[in-house]
Amino acid sequence: MRKLLLATTAAITTAGAAMAGGHMKDVTIGVLVAFTGPLESLAPPIAEGAELAIKEVNDSGKFVDGGVITPVRGDSTCVDAGAATAAAERLITAEGASAIMGAMCSGATGAVFTNVSRPNGILQISPSATSPGLTALEDDNLFFRLAPSDARQGEVMTDVIMDKGFKEVALTYTNNDYGKGLADSFQSAFEAAGGTVTISAAHEDGKSDYSAEVGALASAGGEVLVVAGYADQGGAGVIQAALDSGAFDTFVLPDGMVTSALTDRFGADLDGSFGQNPSASGDAAASYEQMAEAAGFDGSSPYAKEGYDSAALIMLAMHATGSTEGKVLAEKVWELANGPGEKIYPGELGKAMEILSAGGAIDYEGASSVNLIGPGEASGSYREIVVEGGEIKEVGFR
Amino acid sequence: MDFLNALVALTNFVIIPATAYGSQLALGALGVTLIYGILRFSNFAHGDTMAFGAMVTILVTWAFQKMGVSIAPLPTALLALPFGIAATAALVIGTDRAVYRFYREKKAAPVTLVIVSMGVMFVMNGLVRFIIGVDDQRFGDGARFIISARDFKEMTGLREGLAIKTSAGLTIITAVIVVAALFWFLNKTRTGKSMRAYSDNEDLALLSGINPERVVMVTWLIVAALATIAGTLYGLDKSFKPFTYFQLLLPIFASAIVGGLGNPLGAIAGGFLIAYSEVAVTYAWKKVLTYSLPESFAPEGLAQLLSTDYKHAVSFVILIIVLLFKPTGLFKGKSV
Repeated sequence: MRKLLLATTAAITTAGAAMAGGHMKDVTIGVLVAFTGPLESLAPPIAEGAELAIKEVNDSGKFVDGGVITPVRGDSTCVDAGAATAAAERLITAEGASAIMGAMCSGATGAVFTNVSRPNGILQISPSATSPGLTALEDDNLFFRLAPSDARQGEVMTDVIMDKGFKEVALTYTNNDYGKGLADSFQSAFEAAGGTVTISAAHEDGKSDYSAEVGALASAGGEVLVVAGYADQGGAGVIQAALDSGAFDTFVLPDGMVTSALTDRFGADLDGSFGQNPSASGDAAASYEQMAEAAGFDGSSPYAKEGYDSAALIMLAMHATGSTEGKVLAEKVWELANGPGEKIYPGELGKAMEILSAGGAIDYEGASSVNLIGPGEASGSYREIVVEGGEIKEVGFR
Repeated sequence: MDFLNALVALTNFVIIPATAYGSQLALGALGVTLIYGILRFSNFAHGDTMAFGAMVTILVTWAFQKMGVSIAPLPTALLALPFGIAATAALVIGTDRAVYRFYREKKAAPVTLVIVSMGVMFVMNGLVRFIIGVDDQRFGDGARFIISARDFKEMTGLREGLAIKTSAGLTIITAVIVVAALFWFLNKTRTGKSMRAYSDNEDLALLSGINPERVVMVTWLIVAALATIAGTLYGLDKSFKPFTYFQLLLPIFASAIVGGLGNPLGAIAGGFLIAYSEVAVTYAWKKVLTYSLPESFAPEGLAQLLSTDYKHAVSFVILIIVLLFKPTGLFKGKSV
């Protein structure tokens, strides 16, 4: 009996190994974004963007070996690195994901990569992690992000504020990797440009009352208040307290704050506030937004384009190499993203796969004009916005 | 003129927020102190009782808003308060019958009851989250401001604005009314006197024919009312989120202990002391000092004693200092 059991086990194990070792055929990709937590309102469009790309590839039927790709969702929660790591672990071990699109927030992304993706040798592309700290991450070249580093956003935000003629600002940031990274890079850029940051104060998310924080900010003074926080969390709380006490009435909103959740809550009270978020301009972006609308989600939501592009790059790399091994894929991602070759825009994934199958080369532009620099991050173009009549209005690109 | 600006800035950022917060803490601490004085244990479930009361009030408020009932410019939540109090009273009296009475009859040590109350806390905690969820809930309506910063600046021509939120004004007024009513009840009515007698000496009270079950029930009724009012006012003024009520437990207990556990007057004084210290210690005084001092003395830095991150630490420090030098609290309470 014992022998029989052993034999069965051995047979099952070899069978499993044989299946895993065979040609890739069907592939699972982890879609790991913060469905709960302080950025939960940004998460669904990103995930749906990634799933839209996957559906497009499946519908074309041209994926290598006629394989089908299955997306599996995981919740990276944004603030809880432990939960994000557990979710990633589940995607890879239980669901058999061979690459990860995610995570969303910088802290969770770093944790997932260091604890799960890197030890497992898996390719990870984040659509939205922006902390400058991730630039120096030891990544064996397995980690990419399609969001530009906040070191760049700090400079862009400085230009936007200076162009409006403000020289003195108060600064508050959410107390985590993202907030601190953005606040530091902005402060050094702004001071280098001759501006003054009267105070740089952290705020904690998830509190019910921010009047003490706003009291300190108001006392330090400044013409506008830069809120490097989250729209579903402390960022909105700080704005609420500042409006209530009349401390500030103009706010500068970086990427974590540019969402309709904010204007839905405050409406016209925010009029005159302005900000920027990484986003591409042009026809490709517009045609993507139409595709998204047809699929039933908002393609102009921050990082929704990057969500599509992240998943597309992963799949194209798999198609081109016929492999799911992280190292092999990662090398290919560079080539696909930066060209040279035929330029590929959203909705052309089928065409891209044809070119690659025929041995041609592509330069993946996608919805967000993908162009990788440095250690594998986007160079970044930013959309400048103002709030007018309680609505977010686009005024230009930088 | 500059002195006026200093005064306005101080009022806007320190006095008004601290007074509103102090009133909320005082109402919470009164509930804790009543339980301690009469039932003789520290009720850790108090924060979540507040959350439960506020939750029922919110649900009823939403129902009223749907039906179009309103008492504008006052928030509809005030109209829903009695329902919240009734539901909370039913809950706490039910809990007492099911849980606390068992231990009371066994004459369990206070520390056992404290642990029991923690168990009750977790159950209530889960109940509130189960019914209304863990997210922020907004239920305020009616006029938002008694006076807004912009109007004040236009009216007075001062550089500093003064804003008084309706919820802050309401909190302070309600707190005064509730406290006055409570003291009248405790000092003037027969039931109130029997409660005080029971608190002072249980055996003598029993000898003189006071029904202990009645005293216990009336205490829970009052506590339910206090908790619901405090919870609703806090939610109106700030925002309703179950977790923040759990966090409120610390400053509430600090207030009650600093004032002297079991002493209602102490609970109120303690509430305001904690609130003023928290706000004043973490406030950046630069603006006020710049206005009120001659130019050459104006501070360069922020003149902030502690970063706002350490707000909760302030109540801890005060608690430790008071316990070290005056273990029974500022007003003579029972020693812990």
